[in-house]
Amino acid sequence: MTKTIIPFGPQHPVLPEPVHLQLTLQDEVITEAIPAFGYVHRGLEKLAEIRDFQQMIYVVERICGICSMIHAMCYCQGLEEMMGIDVPPRARFLRVIWSELHRIHSHLLWMGLFADSFGFESLFMQCWKIREKILDIDEATTGNRVVISVNVIGGVRKDLNAEQIHWILSELKDVEKETLRLETTIMTDYTVKKRTVGKGVLTRQQAYELGLVGPVLRASGIAQDSRMLGYAAFNEIDFAPVVETDGDCYARCKVRFREIFQSIDLIRQAIAKMPDGELAVKVKGRPEGEVVSRVEQPRGEVFYYIKANGKKNLERVRVRTPTFANVPALLAMLPGMWLSDVPVIVLSIDPCISCTER
Amino acid sequence: MIVSDIPVCPENIVGETAKIKVEGYRFVTLTCVELDETRVDVLYHFDRDYQMKHLRMTVLKDTPIPSISPVYFAAFLVENEIQDLFGIRFQGLAIDYDRTLYLAEDVKAAPFCKYVVLKTSATLNTPGENPS
Repeated sequence: MTKTIIPFGPQHPVLPEPVHLQLTLQDEVITEAIPAFGYVHRGLEKLAEIRDFQQMIYVVERICGICSMIHAMCYCQGLEEMMGIDVPPRARFLRVIWSELHRIHSHLLWMGLFADSFGFESLFMQCWKIREKILDIDEATTGNRVVISVNVIGGVRKDLNAEQIHWILSELKDVEKETLRLETTIMTDYTVKKRTVGKGVLTRQQAYELGLVGPVLRASGIAQDSRMLGYAAFNEIDFAPVVETDGDCYARCKVRFREIFQSIDLIRQAIAKMPDGELAVKVKGRPEGEVVSRVEQPRGEVFYYIKANGKKNLERVRVRTPTFANVPALLAMLPGMWLSDVPVIVLSIDPCISCTER
Repeated sequence: MIVSDIPVCPENIVGETAKIKVEGYRFVTLTCVELDETRVDVLYHFDRDYQMKHLRMTVLKDTPIPSISPVYFAAFLVENEIQDLFGIRFQGLAIDYDRTLYLAEDVKAAPFCKYVVLKTSATLNTPGENPS
């Protein structure tokens, strides 16, 4: 048995962003994996010292392109709670709609990259083709495809008119139909199952003790979903967390696949229940105190700690992103696996280095 | 939710954390907040059934803090991050990057510290200081 140390990344064909894993192997089997970061760290939290609490919305939106709106929603919700602001009902439902659109396009993006990680190029292209419809909705309703800026403290800055709502529902019908067509491939294809079933298994106990979040946690049998907190208008919409129990890469794929349909249903419910009314309330004064805000991003729970002292600049903004919480999973999943499984297992946590290196 | 917390100190943090784990809490993260030239708040956040529990430790910047990574392994990552960004030292880390998680080996500064701090035995340095 030969012991070898192999660097995986920071540049690797399956990694859209730079992260490094130092892999120790006995022949082809991994015995240890140590992650390393810092290739693109931006120190965005530090910007709270020179950007005021309103300007920080634009900063947190740029932590991650894929869930920009959800970062801003979490930040705004924290300050709204601190300042005792009641967000108008219509704004709360609009937040649900845009955040679930984010979840759909994030999961479709991930499924494409995941398929690419085991060489299934046509599946990759199909997923990204469907995703374009969601990006079109984002562009038409917010003015941008990915980094969408709709949140303000006290509500939202954009509305949806009747024509747009009709068009969104029609587009979602197509997304649902086209995604369903992929079901046979994703759920039963020999290649997909061969590369994902039994790979990177995490037990329920391991997943909980490692503090994992999102689909990685739910694929190990734990029904934890921050949307159950009832923020925005999730307390007025019927849903239950999507859970699988096998804890492997295949289960994580199934959770995300099922969550696409769940998000479509949530958008339909939100549109059906959305009342008319104002989009935002006027904000008076400056924030003071400490607050913790949590919401569910496509990759899992994002956590914001905000401290303010009554001045225009916040004293501290701390962001714990879902990928940061899910990195320890790699240290548990990779030992015992083959070197050829590493790309699939790493992709199975849906790593967002942009978030991690905020 | 507005943070309400339980005060802890370096002497009892590991024990308190172990108790919280037995109670079934999931580890969420740590937050470091600089208070002034010499002190920081380190907040420990946990969750059980969507209810959060926060521990707060106010310590001098040059006081080494026992790592909770032997209790909650996942804490090693955020503890290393705080070491890098605030210069606070954690003892007994499950994996210790020795302030190289984000920083290059020759960087001595604590980039997230607002205040100029005195050099200490714990290798704290002035923010933005040229390592050369």
